[in-house]
Amino acid sequence: MVIDLDKCTGCGTCMVACSAENNVSVRPDESDPQRRLTWMRLYKVTNGKPFPETEVSYFPRPCMQCDHHTPCVSVCPATATEMDYETGIVSQIYTRCIGCRYCMAACPYHARVFNWWDGYFPKSKGMTRYLSPEVSPRMRGVVEKCTFCHHRLMRARTKAYAEDRRELEEGEYITACTEACPAQAITFGDLNNPDHQVANLIKSPYAFRLLEKLGTEPKVYYLSSKDWVRKLGDNFLPGQFEPVTKVKMG
Amino acid sequence: MDSALIPEGVKRCSPKAFFFWTLPWLALLLWGGVSAALCLLKGLNQTNMSDYFAFALWIVFDLAIIALGAGAFFTGFLTYIIGRKELKDIINAAVIIGFICYSGAVAMLGIDIGQPIRGWFIFWHVNVHSMLAEVSFCITCYLGVLLIEYIPLILENPQIEKVKPLRLFGQNLHGIMAIFAATGTFLSFFHQGSLGGLYGVMYARPFAFREGFYVWPWTFFLFILSAIAAGPSFTILCTKLAQAITRKRLVPDKAFQTLAKISGSLLGVYIILKIADTLGWIYGITPAAGLAFMDYFKEGPYGVWLLVLEIGVFGIIPAIILLTPSARKSEGWLITGCLMNCTGIVLNRFTFTIVTLAIPVMPFDEFMSYLPTWQEWGISLAVIGYGFLLFSLSYRYLPVFPKERELNPVVE
Repeated sequence: MVIDLDKCTGCGTCMVACSAENNVSVRPDESDPQRRLTWMRLYKVTNGKPFPETEVSYFPRPCMQCDHHTPCVSVCPATATEMDYETGIVSQIYTRCIGCRYCMAACPYHARVFNWWDGYFPKSKGMTRYLSPEVSPRMRGVVEKCTFCHHRLMRARTKAYAEDRRELEEGEYITACTEACPAQAITFGDLNNPDHQVANLIKSPYAFRLLEKLGTEPKVYYLSSKDWVRKLGDNFLPGQFEPVTKVKMG
Repeated sequence: MDSALIPEGVKRCSPKAFFFWTLPWLALLLWGGVSAALCLLKGLNQTNMSDYFAFALWIVFDLAIIALGAGAFFTGFLTYIIGRKELKDIINAAVIIGFICYSGAVAMLGIDIGQPIRGWFIFWHVNVHSMLAEVSFCITCYLGVLLIEYIPLILENPQIEKVKPLRLFGQNLHGIMAIFAATGTFLSFFHQGSLGGLYGVMYARPFAFREGFYVWPWTFFLFILSAIAAGPSFTILCTKLAQAITRKRLVPDKAFQTLAKISGSLLGVYIILKIADTLGWIYGITPAAGLAFMDYFKEGPYGVWLLVLEIGVFGIIPAIILLTPSARKSEGWLITGCLMNCTGIVLNRFTFTIVTLAIPVMPFDEFMSYLPTWQEWGISLAVIGYGFLLFSLSYRYLPVFPKERELNPVVE
C-alpha cells in the first residue's frame, strides 16, 4: 500500500469505510480515544511553526503488515497471529486469541486494538443491516487489527479461480480504504510485481516508511514532498536527514 | 480450641486473636474477589488499561512478586544442591513465600487476559518463539514443583501426621526433595530470564529492547540476576516481619547472615552489569533507533530520576549495606538494605512495564497517562491479603521454622 500524504485531506473516509467493511463495533459513547476500536487511524501532524508558516499533514495509519520478524507475530504465545508469506498479510485468528495483549505492547504503531466491550451494533440505528457476512464480528477480550481486507483477497481469488486464472489483475483486489478515498491518496497493489503502480511509486525519492530505523520493514509506504513530514516519519537524529533536492520526473 | 492442630512444643495465640488478625486480610481478599468477579463478568473495561497501556498494574505486580518469590528456588538451590546447611532453618519459609508469590501471580494473570477460559491455548497452540509461552510453561511447571515442596510440610501437621501412609509419603518426599529443588532451579532460571526476555525482544520498543546474547536479549540474564539478588532479601524481610509480629526468634541469625551476604554479592554483580547495560543502551540501541537518551524522559511523569533511583539509590546503596559485614549484623541496617534491594527490583519491573508502554515510539504520537482503577488495586492487593493469610495459617498449624522450639522454649 502506498499513501500519498500530499493528496490526503484528512477527511476520514478511509476510517469510516474500514469500520463499515470490517464489522468494527461501535460504542454508545465514543469519547474514549484510547479504547476506541479503530483499525485505520488518522494522525494530524504539523511542522510546529507559528502562523502563517504552519503546515499540516495527515497520516492515515492502517496495520503496517511488517515484513521482517513481525513484532506482533513473534511474541504471541498462542499463535493467534501469523504472517502469511504468500500474501504478506499479517492475520489475526480471533477465536484463538487469549487477549494477553503482548502483541499490542510489541507493536510500535498502535495498529492493534483490544475489544474492551461486548460487540455493539444498535438495531434501532440500522447497524445490524450493514454487517458484512464475509467478516466475523469479534468477541469481547480479543485483539483485532487491519488485515488489508483479507476477505476481499479471498473473494478476488475465488473469482479468478472460477475463471481459470492463477494471477490477479491489478486493481482486482483493493482494500476498502483504497476504494473509498475521495482524493485517491491510497494506492494498493503488489509491491513485488514491477508492473503494479505501487512498485513504481515506492521508488520515488519522496517515499518513506514509518519508523524504518526499527527494522520492521512495513509494507505501507508514504509519499510526501515535504521534508519535515518525511523527517517526522522516522526518528532522524540531527545531521542524519538528507533533503530531496532533485526529482527525476517521468 | 484448635490446640490439636498446633505443632507440639510451640506456643500460638488464642483462636480469637488469630481470627481478628485474619480479618484485614480477609477484607482484602473480599475486595479482590469483587474486583475479579467484575472483570470476569463485565470485561477488562473495569480497568483503566487501554490500547496504549496494554500491560499495567497487574503485570507490574506479577513481575515484582515473581522476582521477590525467587527466594524459594534460590534458597532451595543453596540448601539442597550447594549444601548450605544453615539455610535449612529458613527453607520452609522461603518455599511458602515462593508458593504464595507464584500462585498469586498465576491467579492474577488469569484475570489479566481477555479470554481467561482460553488460557490453555498457550499450551495447545504454542508459539515456540514467544517468550510469554516459555514463561507460561515454566511458571506452571514450577508452581507444581512448589506445591510438591510445600506438601511435605503440610503433611507434618500433628493431625495429618497421625495417618501413617501420609506420614510415609511426606518422609519419602523429603528424601527426594533435592530432585525437585534442582528441577525448580532449572525452571525458575528460565522463566525469570524469559520475563526479562519478554521485554528485551520487543525490538520495536527501543526503551525495552536489548541486543541479543546468543538467542536471548541480555535482559534475560539481568532479570535472573536481579531476581536471585532480591529474592533472598525478600525472604529475610518476610521472616523478620514474622518475628516482629510474633515477638519470637524463629530463625538463627546465621541463616539471615548467609542469605544477606549472598543477596548483597549478587546485587553488586547485578548493579555492575545493569550499569553496563544502561550504557550500552544509551550509546548503542538508542541512537540506532534514531533517538537521544533524553527523548525517553521528555514527556510525562517518568523522568530520568527513575533511573537514578533504581540504580543509584535502590541499587548501589543496598549492595554496599549488604556487603558490609558490620552493617549486615545490625538489625536496622540489614532490614534497610533488604527493603531497599526489594524496592529497587520493584522499581525495575515498574519501569520495564509502565514506562516502556508510556513512551510513544511514533514521533507524532502523544504521551498517554494511566492510573489504575479500584478494581485493579483490589486484585493486586488481594495477593498480599492471600499471602498474609496463607503464611499465617502455615505458621500457626505447620512446623515452618524447625528451630522455633529450640529458640523459644515453652515455659509451663
